Amino acid sequence: MKKTYKIEVDCANCANKMEEATRNTPGVKNAVVNFMTLKMKVEFEDGADVDAVMQQVVKNCKVVEDDCEIFL
Amino acid sequence: MNKKQKNLLTRILAAGVCMFILAFLPLDQYPVLRFLLYLIPYLTVGYDILRKAWKGIMNRQVFDENFLMAVATIGAMILGEYTESVAVMWFYQIGELFQSWAVGRSRRSISELMDIRPDYANLEEDGQIRKVDPDEVEIGSIIVIRPGEKVPIDGIITEGSSTMNTAALTGESLPREVGPGDEVLSGFINTSGLLHVETTCEFDESTASKILDLVENASSRKSRSEQFITKFARVYTPAVCYSALALVVLPPVVRMLMGTAPEWGTWVYRALTFLVISCPCAIVVSIPLSFFGGLGGAGSQGILIKGSNFMETLASVRTVVFDKTGTVTKGNFEVTGVHHSPIEEGQLLEYTAHAEGHSSHPISLSLQRAYGKALRMDRVSDVEEIAGRGIRAVVDGHMVAAGNGKLMGDLGLEAAECHSTGTIIHTAIDGQYAGHIVIADQLKDNAAEAMRELKKAGVRKTVMLTGDTEKTARQVAGEVGIDEFHADLLPGDKVQLFEQILQENGGQGTVAFVGDGINDAPVLSRADIGIAMGALGSDAAIEAADVVLMDDDPAKIAKAIRIASRCMRIVKENIYFAIGVKLLCLLLGALGVANMWLAIFADVGVMVLCVLNAIRCLAVKNV
Repeated sequence: MKKTYKIEVDCANCANKMEEATRNTPGVKNAVVNFMTLKMKVEFEDGADVDAVMQQVVKNCKVVEDDCEIFL
Repeated sequence: MNKKQKNLLTRILAAGVCMFILAFLPLDQYPVLRFLLYLIPYLTVGYDILRKAWKGIMNRQVFDENFLMAVATIGAMILGEYTESVAVMWFYQIGELFQSWAVGRSRRSISELMDIRPDYANLEEDGQIRKVDPDEVEIGSIIVIRPGEKVPIDGIITEGSSTMNTAALTGESLPREVGPGDEVLSGFINTSGLLHVETTCEFDESTASKILDLVENASSRKSRSEQFITKFARVYTPAVCYSALALVVLPPVVRMLMGTAPEWGTWVYRALTFLVISCPCAIVVSIPLSFFGGLGGAGSQGILIKGSNFMETLASVRTVVFDKTGTVTKGNFEVTGVHHSPIEEGQLLEYTAHAEGHSSHPISLSLQRAYGKALRMDRVSDVEEIAGRGIRAVVDGHMVAAGNGKLMGDLGLEAAECHSTGTIIHTAIDGQYAGHIVIADQLKDNAAEAMRELKKAGVRKTVMLTGDTEKTARQVAGEVGIDEFHADLLPGDKVQLFEQILQENGGQGTVAFVGDGINDAPVLSRADIGIAMGALGSDAAIEAADVVLMDDDPAKIAKAIRIASRCMRIVKENIYFAIGVKLLCLLLGALGVANMWLAIFADVGVMVLCVLNAIRCLAVKNV
């Protein structure tokens, strides 16, 4: 399953960092952060609990880039 | 400016005023008060950097720009260099603000151009018009598009005619005339008349949605430069920090061992300068920003590049292979000549068009177009198709036979040789040879010009593949100026031949394949870079290609290459410039010539210059 989220982040490299952090979150199959449109596309593993995974994604993103926001 | 930026600007101004006042106060006798007073502007402008650095340490993501800045400024504070310390923070924040402004500006100019997502559709049901979410419209519904509105969903016009602004999709500024029966695509803007449109797909499958999807996924494919930067930053920042630490410890220790004064203060100051100089922001920020601008700028011209890695490949294209139909030629067959006719040309066309009138073959359709009037099939009788020869029919009581030379031979007539290329239709009327009609695919108007542009853009070799006869291929290649051609190819041969071209090329730049998306998806995906042109509405092409040209203008290929080359050049300029200036300053710093002010230039000044340079990627109008 794929979902798109709006995000808030200041620099293109920070967006890259967020993308990597999201990809490395368990339950996430693939993730694309588009700095241009400020959107994050997350593809979940089959059977993953989307809400729980996204909570973890937010946490992991905050670790690599404190100044970011994901609107769930 | 958004709220965050205004907030930062206020803090920068407040700290600036504060520093100005402090500079005039006689504080030299009161060191503690002086420290506390300087702490005010320092914290005003830099508290968030300190907080981020602290959080980074807590999260075990120690080495980033915030950490570098925090260590450098706190160190300077401890050394008593208050002005320098605040200045480093102050200028760093100005750089951040500038960067944020630049990004916002590029984002706005791109999003305006890519603003093709329709917000609503006017659904007509039982004579009532209702404004609905485009998602809710089912296939086959009738929607109403008023002047000034965007077409929300692809469909066919059932009523009304208008002119369409297609610039958002194709980058083409000339408006397109449409009427009943014509297809309109989501993302077009209706400029004049009221239209009723029957939708042919759902919103998700509509052109605008597909394009937005493509654009939104573009950043998933990173260029080598970006990957390099990510890896570089991961190694570089810790390396810089440890070097700075070594700079603090080693020289004084060595000096002590040699019996001279250690001069701790001097070396700490030099180490802090070193830290500020080596902050990697300029590169880390400007490289992704360049690609961001380049992809967006190309998009605004109707050139969709699927990722910044393709930007790199596109910039190094040296061989371009064309699939003839739809790229070099228009792909629609037209009558290009009527020869050796003893009767009037118009009359010959009339008879031949009627004789072929029952067929829906492209040849028959182009005859009808050339005839120009509606066919009256009640004038035709006794139609007989002769496989591999042509057709025989009675038109207005005359026996008309139309077909190839063999058909004429069967009738005992001698067909006149034709020197033109294309399909030749010989016609006999009442057993008399009546001349022949030449039907050929037409060259695109600017095909020759486009080939010259390609050569100017650095392409060394152009190759054309076609299923047509050698004669036609030779003529087209000659007229347009294509270096090499391969004719009489079956679709399967094209892949094989392309493999061969790839092998022959052997690392001399990359090989691009240009096709119109019909039957050439395998080659498109096999190429180093596959370019699909006139891809509007062709799903397979959008899927298989790496670069999608929204309209079918061959000049866009050279333009895409130029945009990519320029973007790559700007990226390289930034990498060399930033690293060059930093190395120079580091050298000066190690020799003790550089002070904190030079370091600030090496950090913030270089970053601002790199960002300004990166923004140039966006300006693609006259590339």
